[in-house]
Amino acid sequence: MSALSPAWFEIGLALLLAPLLNSVIARIKAAFAGRQGPPLLQPYFDLAKLLRKGAVYSSTTTWIFRAGPIVAFATTAAALLLLPNGRVAAPVAFPADFVLLAYLLALGRFFTISAALDTGSSFEGMGASREAHFAALAEPTLLLGLAALARKTGALSLSQILPTTSLLAPEVGLVAVALAVILLCENARMPFDDPTTHLELTMVHEVMVLDHGGPDFAFVQYASALKLWLWSALLTALFLPASGNAWVAGALTVAGVFAVACGVGVVESSMARLRLLRVPQLLATALALTAVALILVVR
Amino acid sequence: MILLVLALAALTASGLVALVTSQHPRLAAFCGAAGPLVAWALALTPALSVLTRGPVLSFECAWPWPFGAVVLGLDALSALFLLVILTLGAVTAVYGVGYMRGARSPLARGVAWISFDLLIAAMFLVVLARHALVFLLAWEAMALTSFLLIAFDCERREVRRAAWTYLVATHLGSVFLLPLFFLLGQPHASFVFSAFGAGLAPGTASICFLLALVAFGTQAGLVPFHVWLPEAHPAAPSHVSALLSGVMIKMGVYGLLRMLTLLGAPPLWWGWLLLGLGGVSALLGILFALAQHDLKRLLAYSSVENLGIVALGLGTGLVGRSVGAEDVAALGLIGALLHVVNHAFFKGLLFLGAGSVLHATGTTEVDELGGLASRQPVTAMAFLVGSVAICGLPPLNGFVGEFLIYWAALAGLVHTPAGAALPLAALVPILATVGGLALACFTKAFGIVFLGQPRSPAAAAAHEAGASMRAGMIVLALACVAIALAAPLLLDPIAWCVAPLAPSAEVVPRAAAVLWQVLLVAAALSGLLLVLALVRRWLLRRREVRSELTWDCGYAAPTSRMQYTGSSFAQPTVDLFASLLRTRKRIAAPDLHFPDAAHLETETRDVSREEIYEPLFEGTERLLKRLRVLQHGRVQIYVLSLVVTLVALLLWQVR
Amino acid sequence: MDTLLDRLMLLLILSDLTMLALRRFSAALGLLALQGGLLAALALAAHQPDFTGRAVLLALMGLVLRGVLFPWLLRRTARRAGIVEERRPFVGFVPSLLAGIGLLAAAMAIGARLPIGALPTLGLVVPASLFTVFTGVFLVVARRKALSQCVGYLVLDNGIYGFGVATVGNIPALVELGTLLDALVAVLVMAIAMYRLSEEFDHMNTDQLDTLRG
Repeated sequence: MSALSPAWFEIGLALLLAPLLNSVIARIKAAFAGRQGPPLLQPYFDLAKLLRKGAVYSSTTTWIFRAGPIVAFATTAAALLLLPNGRVAAPVAFPADFVLLAYLLALGRFFTISAALDTGSSFEGMGASREAHFAALAEPTLLLGLAALARKTGALSLSQILPTTSLLAPEVGLVAVALAVILLCENARMPFDDPTTHLELTMVHEVMVLDHGGPDFAFVQYASALKLWLWSALLTALFLPASGNAWVAGALTVAGVFAVACGVGVVESSMARLRLLRVPQLLATALALTAVALILVVR
Repeated sequence: MILLVLALAALTASGLVALVTSQHPRLAAFCGAAGPLVAWALALTPALSVLTRGPVLSFECAWPWPFGAVVLGLDALSALFLLVILTLGAVTAVYGVGYMRGARSPLARGVAWISFDLLIAAMFLVVLARHALVFLLAWEAMALTSFLLIAFDCERREVRRAAWTYLVATHLGSVFLLPLFFLLGQPHASFVFSAFGAGLAPGTASICFLLALVAFGTQAGLVPFHVWLPEAHPAAPSHVSALLSGVMIKMGVYGLLRMLTLLGAPPLWWGWLLLGLGGVSALLGILFALAQHDLKRLLAYSSVENLGIVALGLGTGLVGRSVGAEDVAALGLIGALLHVVNHAFFKGLLFLGAGSVLHATGTTEVDELGGLASRQPVTAMAFLVGSVAICGLPPLNGFVGEFLIYWAALAGLVHTPAGAALPLAALVPILATVGGLALACFTKAFGIVFLGQPRSPAAAAAHEAGASMRAGMIVLALACVAIALAAPLLLDPIAWCVAPLAPSAEVVPRAAAVLWQVLLVAAALSGLLLVLALVRRWLLRRREVRSELTWDCGYAAPTSRMQYTGSSFAQPTVDLFASLLRTRKRIAAPDLHFPDAAHLETETRDVSREEIYEPLFEGTERLLKRLRVLQHGRVQIYVLSLVVTLVALLLWQVR
Repeated sequence: MDTLLDRLMLLLILSDLTMLALRRFSAALGLLALQGGLLAALALAAHQPDFTGRAVLLALMGLVLRGVLFPWLLRRTARRAGIVEERRPFVGFVPSLLAGIGLLAAAMAIGARLPIGALPTLGLVVPASLFTVFTGVFLVVARRKALSQCVGYLVLDNGIYGFGVATVGNIPALVELGTLLDALVAVLVMAIAMYRLSEEFDHMNTDQLDTLRG
């Protein structure tokens, strides 16, 4: 754990600024639609409002429902410990640590799905079923893409793989495209899910948390914002140059994350949601891209 | 060694006493369960001492039968499996006391107890055996006692069918053990294990490997030899299913490992074959598990999947050994063995939980259950621990084994030349997909059974399990957590177990350091959970917390039938993989515009059984029908054929 | 992976993979045109550093025929016959994609072992050409509509051409003209046949045409 301060500062920034990502995306979508959009600090106001409320729990639910949002938040925050930025290693780094990262997110997903099933409602059941289905198909791409990059750089830890890749190599480009697709899938953005629809039949992630309210819902919102930050930082780290001051790299990461958020906003404004049957095809394409990258690297 | 013999004696004695006193059910159950507990206590010290690099124990004594002597031995590999066998045996015995109370007749229960104790004793002998004949006898005893146990509920037709299927399948596999031992023992004309392997030609070694793979793969449930598993394990009583799934299928892994230590340096294609079989087993196993709507059948298919993961680890280890990547070999084999231990505990736990559900509601049909978490809190908690563990999620023990296998594959990808690296890299997406599908499968199993609202009156009337059943589940759940916490300390003993196959253990200290860091992240996670829970409690302290109905979109009368069922939950994935699963759906949908009664039934039969085994058996039966012409039933011709044979022999003798 | 040639071959591989996963013929024909352009660039790159007029002329001819004429002919036929997409292939699109990955790995493995060395910096040319050949054959075998099989044939031809460039480097003009003429005649015949078939039978599923025997 050398160079401690920049890594922890980065995590602090992530915890502080994550909700801004949602407002950036909302502003860009509003710009595309010719509106002005909500103020940038709106997510913070929403969180504060939610934290001031009481809670209503369904009589069908058990302690799992109350645990779901907490586990989702905690796992995403714990996953931040494994993320490097620029030249600074993550606070916790060891060989094959990206496996732990993926599985921490899966732990959060397990409890979110269980909390959804706990309500005994068919809406949440539908969201849970689709979430489980998409996640099973999206998991291999992340690990295979990072494995390809591992072979390219000859290292096994995220803190050593990510800073040393250069975008000019086509393999990195292929992995970046695949990871961008998976980012959209895991964060429930278009074309996989529509975060602004409130028709239960068309939602995936939103409908899983339908029955949460008050502080629980605040945790859920915050956790999903953190998850978007996590994925954006992962994607940005693919493009960061290896050399440079640690603080400069940190600033570049933050800039990159917001750039990715803008990109997500643009994609959301220009694409419609895919039919449910087409989603596996898109995810398989992402997997194929990482497989091509791996084959090219191993050659 | 004397302690081990005493342990065996205790098991046999307790079984006999249980049978003799079967008319006094409580005494019989007590004696039946006491045997495994006493055996566990007796064998603990020798096994632990051997595991921590103590001297190897052995025992020899001549026996008046042809071909051999009784040669027993306990080395690190045997000790590890022995500990798992006895621990799970003791826990399931305690559970069985409560579970079998009142089941069938007292005599049947007495027979079940003696079979149970003798099954544990047979498995004990299998891992101790160092002579081919002892091994075969113990293996056969294991098959017969487990057959008796599976057929406990023999009034039901499907249980009888499952028991026969199991007996036939296990013998079809075991028959390959005979040529295996013959080939191994022939160069030195001795059937003692220590004489095997030296001076074996490479071609013969490969044939031996293939024979061992078929024989032990059938026992372990690798595809396509797994067809008996989804029939036999659900049919047995739940504590027996826990023992079978947790330990008995691991005997296949033990046998394979033992043969591998005897066969010398493996060529590359052995590792590829194991990797291929493991990948197919893992993927098909979890897909079929996802499509099942009977809880115990789902768990049985999940055992196929986990044995596939173990085979993946073994294959990685062998490949590492063949290309000289010592790290890969060590990590792969240690990961595989750790997963064997982990699976024994969490699968045992899951089956015990399913048994508690069955005991309370009378059904394991997922779509008739629901809402059991509020009625059976201890069972629900135990099943949750088992589900999180089996999905390989941190911080429980399932993650550690899979993590080591991932690390082995990634190390192989990065450090070996292209020929070996690419197939090892294929392991990563396969394991990831299997993990994702396992998450879908077990959120379905846990969520539909324990959460939500009860879907049938039986589920609504469920009660918590009895004391002994709760004790069994709690012990296993605590064991899962304990293994997760102690994982860095377990690496050295397990590395010592696989030392014959992966001699270099320099990666072990590094791996232990890595696992400590994983524990650090787990600790951070737990700390965060606590902090967040306290924050929420503080936030809600002075606010209003109400209880209402679930949001039902304005319907005035929501019922439990409006919930998602298990089939609906798994439908997107099952439909995606329909060509592999061939799920049959019978739908009677309302055909006009107004709601009407509708009916949906899904059934996923085992594809290997339908496409491979049934045509094979039918073809054999057709062929053998031609021989029926010999059975004409006329006594005169039988006597005539006897006389003709005798006369012919006489003539040949006096030629 | 830093030469221009390797980037071109990577584009070729990606275009093959995309073709395996596509349903609409308009997109497939667009990719076919792209492949024609890539092969023309490959032919030019094979003549480095001297760009003789003949080489440029031959590359241009290849571009016109493979990149423009063949796709246009097939597009015309498709429009006239009214076929838009391949609806029910024998092998679905996700399995086709996964099979494509397997074929790519095989092509890489085989390509590394073939003793071919006309060009000093071959890089990905041989594996990419092999993969294109495999893709063409896969399209012919795994698809139902006659137009898909025609597209598959052309992809196969593209792969063989790439392979030829890799082997010989500087293909004699006569051979090049001969192959182009071959391909032109084949495409013309197939286009006319498909048009007639569609007029006669109202569909183009070749698996329903297997009673046209003798």
